[in-house]
Amino acid sequence: MRGMTLIVKTTAGFLIGFVVLFGFYVVLTGHISPGGGFAGGVVLAAGLVLVILAFGADTVKKRLGHNLAVVWESLGAIGFLAVATLGFAAGSFFSQFLPLNEGFKLFTGGAMPLSNIAIGIKVGAGLFGAFLMLAVFRASEARVRKGKGGQR
Amino acid sequence: MTAHGFLPYVLCVLLFAVGIYAIAVKKNLVKIIIGVVILETSVNAFLVLLGYRVPESGDAVAPIITPALNGQAFLQRSVDPVPQALILTAIVIGLSVVALMVVMAVRLYEKYGTFDLTKIRKLRG
Amino acid sequence: MAEVMVPLYSILAFMLIAAIIAVETRDLLSSVLCLGAVGFGLALVDLVLKAPDLALTQVVVEIFAVVLLIRMVVARQDMTEENVADTPHVALVGAMLLVIVIACFISFQALVPFARPLMRMGGAYLEHGQTLTGASNLVTAVLLNFRGYDTLGEATVILAAVVGCYALLRTRGLKSDAGNDADS
Repeated sequence: MRGMTLIVKTTAGFLIGFVVLFGFYVVLTGHISPGGGFAGGVVLAAGLVLVILAFGADTVKKRLGHNLAVVWESLGAIGFLAVATLGFAAGSFFSQFLPLNEGFKLFTGGAMPLSNIAIGIKVGAGLFGAFLMLAVFRASEARVRKGKGGQR
Repeated sequence: MTAHGFLPYVLCVLLFAVGIYAIAVKKNLVKIIIGVVILETSVNAFLVLLGYRVPESGDAVAPIITPALNGQAFLQRSVDPVPQALILTAIVIGLSVVALMVVMAVRLYEKYGTFDLTKIRKLRG
Repeated sequence: MAEVMVPLYSILAFMLIAAIIAVETRDLLSSVLCLGAVGFGLALVDLVLKAPDLALTQVVVEIFAVVLLIRMVVARQDMTEENVADTPHVALVGAMLLVIVIACFISFQALVPFARPLMRMGGAYLEHGQTLTGASNLVTAVLLNFRGYDTLGEATVILAAVVGCYALLRTRGLKSDAGNDADS
């Protein structure tokens, strides 16, 4: 699909930084304030979808690439499993191995901030990859319908 | 008190019935996907309604401890955190399932040229 | 309690009317937009019932779902729907809905009334949550610490759904599409 006009492209390029920053904020302070891995991950995916809609799916596939979404999603899933398995160091599966302070600080809650970051990356990259594949598929389908004209 | 006691749940059940009607009767793929989304929305609304509490004194607060309000006062006034945690995962899973359904519908449209299930059944293959 | 019941009833009624319009209208784009109204109504219900994580997640997820559905519907050939529902099918579904509604009314006898939950487990989580986990947001504490296995299962479900999307949209590697690959 093609992108949009120059005004939309400039505004989207300006806004994408704020949206991704907000997404990271929601993921990182998930254990103090409302939010967490899932909400922040979906906000990150929505910011990247803004980039796809403004600049066109083919441009994004060339520049960012589809492998980026696949690799980061797998890294997020493996990261979450790694945090859970490292809990073996403190006793059993999923137990907290970092120190627990009392609340209201950033470095509290044991391994919970790490789990939040892993889930945020996983959800964000996964949903972005699914939308990118859908957008690029539409482009190739349109090309096939115009080019081959019923040779199926 | 019994009218206030169950009327919000009844509205959620009616929303659930609208979702099931859309899945069972409609022949258009987009309407079926809309029915599934309405079904998930009704179940999420029902679970959120289950967790709400009106305390004896004061208003209800969200289950987040702040330095200004912790201890016994928070314990008396907070709502239940367990249904909220379960719905948080259910919302994102619902989004993934909708994405998968949209992908399937796009593939069907590309092959048969229509969203209508009756025409797709006739044109099979 | 009245200051939460009046907004609650009005938003629930709004969701119900928007859902009926979304299912019944013939124009597909209008029905997708009414679906967005249902989702935003749920986000408002979450705000009224003091669940801020859910409101945040629901707004963003609803925007994402509406963008997906609009992109699916716009610029396809049929944007309206021809309605062919024959009578015995509708009667069967009507009987099923009646059974559902009656069963729910009977099972409501076992539910506690609205706004007076039992909170046996929730009360224990609220009381000891901060000392046991070290987090202030008790919903995240329940999600990642007390119920960590469910979160692992949910991450697996999202992974499976996204990999299913990739597998369905793949055009390379299929034997019959020799000259039809997606990337140039």
